[in-house]
Amino acid sequence: MSSIPVRRKQSWLTYLNKNKYLYLMCLPGLAFLIIFKYIPMYGILMAFQDFNFKKGIFGSPFNDFKNFKQLFDSAKFYTVFANSIVLSVMRLVVTFPIPIILALLINEIRNKAYKRTTQTLMYLPHFISWVVLGGIATNFLSVGDGLINAIIVKLGGEKINFLGSSEWFRFVIIVTNIWKEAGWGTIIYLSALAAINPEYYEAATVDGANRWQKIAHITLPGIANTIVITLVLQVGGLMNNGFEQIYLFQNDLNVSVSEVFETYTYRIGIVGGRYSYSTAVGLFKNVIGTILIFSTNTIAKKLGGATLY
Amino acid sequence: MIAANKTPKRIKRGKDDIAVSTISYTVAGLFALVCFIPFLLVIIYSFTPYDLYLKNHFDLWPERWTLEAYEMVMRYQYIWSGYKNTIFIAVIGTIGSMILLVLTAYPLTKKDLKGRGLIQKLWIFTMFFSGGMIPEYFLMRSMGLLNTLWAMILPGLLGCYNLILMRNYIEGLPGSLEEAALIDGANDIQVLFRIILPLCLPILATLGLFTVVGYWNSYFSAIIYATKRKMWPLQLVLREIVFQSGAQEMQQNMVAEENVSAPFLLKMSSIVVATVPIMCVYPFLQKYFMTGLVLGGVKE
Repeated sequence: MSSIPVRRKQSWLTYLNKNKYLYLMCLPGLAFLIIFKYIPMYGILMAFQDFNFKKGIFGSPFNDFKNFKQLFDSAKFYTVFANSIVLSVMRLVVTFPIPIILALLINEIRNKAYKRTTQTLMYLPHFISWVVLGGIATNFLSVGDGLINAIIVKLGGEKINFLGSSEWFRFVIIVTNIWKEAGWGTIIYLSALAAINPEYYEAATVDGANRWQKIAHITLPGIANTIVITLVLQVGGLMNNGFEQIYLFQNDLNVSVSEVFETYTYRIGIVGGRYSYSTAVGLFKNVIGTILIFSTNTIAKKLGGATLY
Repeated sequence: MIAANKTPKRIKRGKDDIAVSTISYTVAGLFALVCFIPFLLVIIYSFTPYDLYLKNHFDLWPERWTLEAYEMVMRYQYIWSGYKNTIFIAVIGTIGSMILLVLTAYPLTKKDLKGRGLIQKLWIFTMFFSGGMIPEYFLMRSMGLLNTLWAMILPGLLGCYNLILMRNYIEGLPGSLEEAALIDGANDIQVLFRIILPLCLPILATLGLFTVVGYWNSYFSAIIYATKRKMWPLQLVLREIVFQSGAQEMQQNMVAEENVSAPFLLKMSSIVVATVPIMCVYPFLQKYFMTGLVLGGVKE
């Protein structure tokens, strides 16, 4: 259609007519984009107002950044900020390399049936909900009659209050996160591995390389781009911890370390009704997140690696 | 599932070979077992009779099996309303999502379509920035969608990530068929539905699976938008059972002379009841996972 060369200048009307079906296809998606993505961005104005239900977004008075002043004066805000960052940095350091290692290991398995079975089992936890996982974890980790504590006692240890203490909260979050997503996370690396030209390995064999050398010089460089992109995404998401997992494991005993941006916004906004203030919290989180993703992407570009956009 | 790197058959196995194989078979195997064992335990517990459980909490192979916990779960009315809501959300949401996905992605593959760049930029921006929880809540509120299932369907219909995967997949299809059809006088809608769509089935199966699993498992939108219990999806009902008083409530529903079960066993069988349907989807679509799932740059 439009790729057919055009000799004379056509008016925009003929152009539109020629491509009318393509533009028609765009309409539902555009409507969705505007209503569900861009109109809420307009609602961010609330962060700068004393929002009032009767007056709405258009009529509520602006309040000279009062919400933000309040925010930066509140000790609670800094706790939430620190909790969010600590948890996601732990995720980055501990959780991020695991799918890469697993993918490299799976790639070295030559027995097809064994490989298939391990993959199938590893992908399973990804398909259950956080509620189900949380249900399993809280029952098995409980101090009263949890299986894990029973094993610890049998081995001569002392019971650990995994769920009701601030010391163990982060451990539980990281471990359950690995259990649920590490296996699934291998997929993206395995598909990159499958794209490596087998001739490289053959040539290396002829040259007398051993398997360690092949992993170091062919396999790892083959997935380097994928690792960079995933890393950019992960660093860009440093402000996000995900509501569903944290909220399930959160309780009064661990709230000092478990309150992150998502749960805090929910608690003060939806539950507490402080709409303007919680919108300000959300906006702060969003702005920092956007800066993070732009800067990591720029760094990745400068390093000459793959970039996200 | 993934084509193994074809190394030529070796005559001798060196030390490095044995070391690499041992490590990879053991570690990957152990991780797979750790992933699977909790499922097995939940299933075993869900069939354990109450009296045997009271005798020994950690008997991992009971001498008798029973359905009594399941009977109690099935009699809990909110399990059924939850099921109904979740099925509606997952089915309508996934169908709507796939239609919207195809329609939106296809024009974006036309490199010289005017306005394409702008639309792409608008989409990509949503990956980095969003209105946030409270403005989205107000949108739903002002549209009158609070306490409706639509509030749990609409916001998640289309995401930029899936859109990119879909667009990249269509761009990777051979263009010759499309050109031939256009020369034969077919219009863009006919090309999309007769030529492109049949070739897109693998990617639609993959993204459809992700979408249906996402809708089935999510409780975030429900906790924000649904305050009435009869509008709760299955996951929120399950949360009530597992984390709050739902299991006790189930027991209170029982008449005195009937069987009772421990809250723990009820929780385990509720988990199985809520998980089995979505697990059934998994093996059918497993073979599609790898097709066309390439995480590439957004920019071409």
